[in-house]
Amino acid sequence: MTAAADACAVSEAAADSDVAISARGLTRRFGDLIAVDALDLQIAPRSIYGFLGPNGCGKTTTVRMLTGLLTPSAGEVRVLGHRLPAEAEILKRNIGYMTQKFSLYEDLTVLENLRFVASVYGLEPHDAKSRIAELLGTYALEPLKHQRAGSMSGGQRQRLSLAAAILHRPALLFLDEPTSAVDPEHRRDFWERLFDLVDAGATILVSTHYMDEAERCHRLAILENGHKRADGSPAELMAAMGAHVLEVEGPYLRQTKTALTALPEILSAAQLGSRLRVLVRDRITEPERWLKELPVARDLTQIASVRPSLEDVFVTCTGQNRPQDQQREANEVAA
Amino acid sequence: MKALRRILAILTKELLQLRRDRVTLAMVIMIPLIQLMLFGYAINTKVRDIPAALVDQSNSALGRVLAQTVEATQVVRFTEHYADIAAAEDAIREGRVRAAFIIPADLAQRVARSGSVRPELATPPATDRELSRPVAQWLVDASDTVIAGAIKGLRGMPLAELMREPVNRTVPTFAVALLFNPSQRTVVNIVPGLVGVILTMTMIMFTSAAIVRERERGNMEMLINTPVRPIELMIGKILPYVGIGLVQAGIILGLGHLVFAVPLYGSLLALACLTLVFIGASLSLGLVLSTIAKSQLQATQMTIFILLPSIMLSGFMFPYEGMPLAAQHIAEILPATHFIRAIRAVLLRDARLEDIQEDTLWLLGFMLIGLLLASLRFNKRLG
Repeated sequence: MTAAADACAVSEAAADSDVAISARGLTRRFGDLIAVDALDLQIAPRSIYGFLGPNGCGKTTTVRMLTGLLTPSAGEVRVLGHRLPAEAEILKRNIGYMTQKFSLYEDLTVLENLRFVASVYGLEPHDAKSRIAELLGTYALEPLKHQRAGSMSGGQRQRLSLAAAILHRPALLFLDEPTSAVDPEHRRDFWERLFDLVDAGATILVSTHYMDEAERCHRLAILENGHKRADGSPAELMAAMGAHVLEVEGPYLRQTKTALTALPEILSAAQLGSRLRVLVRDRITEPERWLKELPVARDLTQIASVRPSLEDVFVTCTGQNRPQDQQREANEVAA
Repeated sequence: MKALRRILAILTKELLQLRRDRVTLAMVIMIPLIQLMLFGYAINTKVRDIPAALVDQSNSALGRVLAQTVEATQVVRFTEHYADIAAAEDAIREGRVRAAFIIPADLAQRVARSGSVRPELATPPATDRELSRPVAQWLVDASDTVIAGAIKGLRGMPLAELMREPVNRTVPTFAVALLFNPSQRTVVNIVPGLVGVILTMTMIMFTSAAIVRERERGNMEMLINTPVRPIELMIGKILPYVGIGLVQAGIILGLGHLVFAVPLYGSLLALACLTLVFIGASLSLGLVLSTIAKSQLQATQMTIFILLPSIMLSGFMFPYEGMPLAAQHIAEILPATHFIRAIRAVLLRDARLEDIQEDTLWLLGFMLIGLLLASLRFNKRLG
């Protein structure tokens, strides 16, 4: 090996210390289906990184590959400095994984489940005892500790799952759609706990299909059909969106929506109660004036430019790769 | 140390789950209890009171005495009486009786002639057609060979009593000493075998569901994300059932001894070693099945696939030596064959550990290979 190559290897190893997860060309095929297609990821430690995408976009498959549960069909992965899949077993001691479906034992109580997880991770008995007591307190499970997991509510189970996933103090935590069975109030509460964990030094990777949840992440990737469509902080993504967001009001919103979506300059129009949220391509420099001059604008009572949301980002970047679909749809509508 | 802690964690979890599963727990006790009682009383290879038809064409006092003498053997019971042979044949065809006894019209003559045979001559000369004619005839539904055999046993029945003569002492050609089960009670042979059959069923059933259940209930994804090693998981999963197997063996042998007076000769050490390795072999076979099965239904089907030959070919029901060579080779693969052979040796024939070491070592090897195979087959990846 040459000196230059050596230096390169060293710098790569050094770079790894400030990268919790790095993946290059990560791909997974199931037969003919490509579930994850050449994904590149760089995830910084001590942050919450989100995977946002619809069901079937490859979120769970990616999480499973990053935890070592699935062997990638192609690509290079390093998680906490461990190469996968070769070092998957070593990695398992340092990561926590909260599965999408509740995966603890429903016929065991809260305490029995936590004790099981503690012993399986090899915690010393006295350490396990104090750690479990601590988690029962933090996650409000103390009054439930003798209740069987199967008889608990969605929110209670979710707190138990999280407590079990972090029991062995992992440096990296994977959460696969953690709040899908939880009401909004608990979701808010749950995220507060995640920020506490990050504050204590953990790195968290969370997959979700909720926009409001994605908006809480430090950084996120938008996934669609196994491809990464966007990557950045929510603010960056909104700034770089490539579209203007307008909200219009008028008496015939359904008809206005049909007329607007037919135009090639309009990316999407979605009704929000008495308003229509319209995404206009950014090649139109003055979208408000442009819209006012359209024949369809005659009926509109109000047109206002508004701040973009993550949902707008999602719509623009997942729509972008399908211009032919949009064109066809537009033609059909026009006809 | 950590490996031990992980095994202990799995074991504790299995015990807790088992304790919560009341039905399974009840079955652990009820299966051996009820089946022992049922089979202990029911299975009997000695056939008695076969329903038979009587066709007495002689219609004489002698005919009635002959019929009574035949019934007195307890092999058959005359439930139907017919005037002609055709009716008796119909009764056999319809399944109302398994045999028909036909007493010819010239019974008195035939008896008189056979009485003239001198007792010192065992059989009349075959050339003498008159003398070699039998007294009466049996028609038998021979589709069941055991019943046919029982009635064939009546062929040489002594008739001296019929002629009001003292019964001569028959001198057998051979002397037979019946060792180990002199009173010829079937239950003595059945009970030790039953330990093998019931343990095969429950042990394979428990573990064949063990891995599949984790998968079906969605616990697998959590479990394979922990540092637990496949071999630790396998050992932790089988250990609780070793205890259950010993309890079941204890119930069968203890009750078999108390209720059916099955002798328990042999050393306790040999019995314990043999039973332990057999339980281990059955459990590890169940684990291998569990790594193959995709659902609990499939696991149950595989269990039955193993269970049936373990009942039929292992020597539990039919003598191993009576089977064709190929079937014997197949039977040798089954742990139940080795166990049933060895436990009968220990319990009934007072065999020592060194007498059964071949079967014991075979079972031990089977267990270790099974554990290894199950651990290798168990993949900590989803794909």
